[in-house]
Amino acid sequence: MANENDHFKKWNRRDILKSLGGIPLLGAVWYAGADLAGSASRERQFLLETLNIEASPPPATGPMSGEPLRIGIIGFGGRGEDLCRALGFATNEWLKEMQEAASTNPNNKRLAEFKAQENLNVKLVAVCDVFDIKAQRALDSFNNNTNKIKRFRTHTELINSGEVDAVIIATPDHWHAPISIDALNAGVHVYVEKPMTHNISETYTLRETVKKNPKTVFAVGHQHRQTQSFLTAQDVIKKNILGHVSLVVSNTNRNDDNGAWQYDIHEKASEQTIDWNQFIGNAPQVPFNTEHFFRWRKWWAYGSGLSGDLLTHDFDRINCILKMGIPNSVTASGGIYTHRDGRNVPDVLQVNMEYPDFTNGSSQTQGKEKGMTFVYSATLGNQFDRGTVMMGHDGSMELGNQITVYADSGSTKYAELLKEGRIEPGVPLYQYDPAANGVDAVTSATAKYFANKGLLWTYRDGKRVDSTFLHIREWLSCIRNGGTPSCSIKEGFEEAISAHMAGLSYKLGRKIDWDRVTERIIAKPGEDLDALLLANKESLVKA
Amino acid sequence: MTTQTFSTAQRYGLVVLRILIGWHFLYEGIIKLYNPLWTAKGYLLSATILKPFFRWLADASIISVIDTLNIVGLIAVGISLIIGFKVRWGCIAGMLLLLFYYLAHPPFPGLPPGIAEGSYWIVNKNLIEMATLFIIYQFSAAPMFGIETLFKKKNKTSGQ
Repeated sequence: MANENDHFKKWNRRDILKSLGGIPLLGAVWYAGADLAGSASRERQFLLETLNIEASPPPATGPMSGEPLRIGIIGFGGRGEDLCRALGFATNEWLKEMQEAASTNPNNKRLAEFKAQENLNVKLVAVCDVFDIKAQRALDSFNNNTNKIKRFRTHTELINSGEVDAVIIATPDHWHAPISIDALNAGVHVYVEKPMTHNISETYTLRETVKKNPKTVFAVGHQHRQTQSFLTAQDVIKKNILGHVSLVVSNTNRNDDNGAWQYDIHEKASEQTIDWNQFIGNAPQVPFNTEHFFRWRKWWAYGSGLSGDLLTHDFDRINCILKMGIPNSVTASGGIYTHRDGRNVPDVLQVNMEYPDFTNGSSQTQGKEKGMTFVYSATLGNQFDRGTVMMGHDGSMELGNQITVYADSGSTKYAELLKEGRIEPGVPLYQYDPAANGVDAVTSATAKYFANKGLLWTYRDGKRVDSTFLHIREWLSCIRNGGTPSCSIKEGFEEAISAHMAGLSYKLGRKIDWDRVTERIIAKPGEDLDALLLANKESLVKA
Repeated sequence: MTTQTFSTAQRYGLVVLRILIGWHFLYEGIIKLYNPLWTAKGYLLSATILKPFFRWLADASIISVIDTLNIVGLIAVGISLIIGFKVRWGCIAGMLLLLFYYLAHPPFPGLPPGIAEGSYWIVNKNLIEMATLFIIYQFSAAPMFGIETLFKKKNKTSGQ
């Protein structure tokens, strides 16, 4: 009997084991997972608290209430059309094109986003374009029950008509300053595309004009100042996450016709449809030709090549974060290596801007670190994405629509954490992606280039927003509610002078110095820097 | 089909297989449960076939529900297979989850390969785990190791 009982007990234990044996196993797996995930989460929390980077959105701009502002657009080419859309006015042609794009690609949300754009309470009342077809396109698209638009033959007629409160200037570069100056003197608010000016002397004249007309609001079209990731990057610098930044590298890499300013020539372009003399303006007189008119960025007479057209973007992207201003000196070199089609602006350009007095804080002995170089490197013959990187003693930050921060293996600040293995140099220390939805429809290579740089759109509350729209809105808010735009004359002056120094260095093949006290680019006796800046490099070499 | 036709080794082999798969499901679920930043959004948005369906699942309005269902599903399947409770239902739910994972990134020729630690062509580990769950489903009618044997025993006892 006792034997039977023992047998029963043994059987019972086995029975229980067979029934409930999984439960301790379950507990073990649960504990292991919770422990691992929990410690990873605590470690992450610790790092975030240590870094304390605030990914905060910019201060909201004011209301768009009151009487509608009357806006005039001067220069209704590709960029002019973009800026009008930011105001809420899209051409019939664009709407049709976007409808087709959305029907073939459901990810293309450009039309839906345009329609969802906030009403800025403006009227687009005037257009000035020297090409009849473009001006007519504006008249055909923007004349309706709620908006009446009129064409003016010259910018002075438009500005002095008394019918506009503000103008948007999207002309070739050589017209930026003259039109801005005329508008400001007439008490008309100005939004001008970059580069702010085309030569050195008008940069000073424009600055004086802005100062003399404090009631008019002046903004330069560096829309990336609205990019949310850049605002977070400003906080990274403020909190000294990177340590002393000694090198900043930024690049332009494009490899298609559009990216090389080889734009389409309109079939209806002729001496009858284009006011050639007005296009030429202060540029040297040359016979009518459509190549110069549509592809003006390829010539110094109207454009400013990589230094004015694309370096300015990168310069201002960095300047809005580091606030380093005009460099003490600039050296540049390059050439026309990828598009030998008669252009005279370089398509490969390397620029070194020196800031020997720059400091953004340090984690080392005081006085050990000071100075920074900004390197801009560009080619229009390759589009390998090299990104923008700010390199500090304690870390590096990759900058675009997202930002990524890496600790440096030689860092002083993170030495302990690196030693303990709590952070690894190859693994991002911090990553910021304001986009909640990763689905973007970027079609052309050039568009992708701009999007990656944070120049096309940014994010607000996880939603994609056109950064040009935000930039225009900021300007309109300053007109209505007071305040100064984030990119106004101070920032524009720094951008323009730095770009002109790069252009000069390329032309002259020597270091160009800036005198901080007199605020002048240092010239050699007898040198006319403006003439040299706009001259053909070939002719300078021969001379 | 009854367990009598199998040897002890065969039966325990199946039990071990069931527990291993349960372990895998449970651990995946727990890691996600305790990581507040985890979301299936990226996986769903990068789906290579049935894109509209997976993008719909990743939509801001329902992604949190999808994430919760996924975590609950993984943990429930894991518990079911480890402790041997409602194993057949656990197998069905597990196969369903694996089917979703498989279809979002199937290793079909011509499709971009997702992030994987090995090389796959049509067959990958999701598919194999799915097939394994099907086997367990077929053999789990008879209780072997787990809570259900307790009920079975009781029933048997009361029946005697």
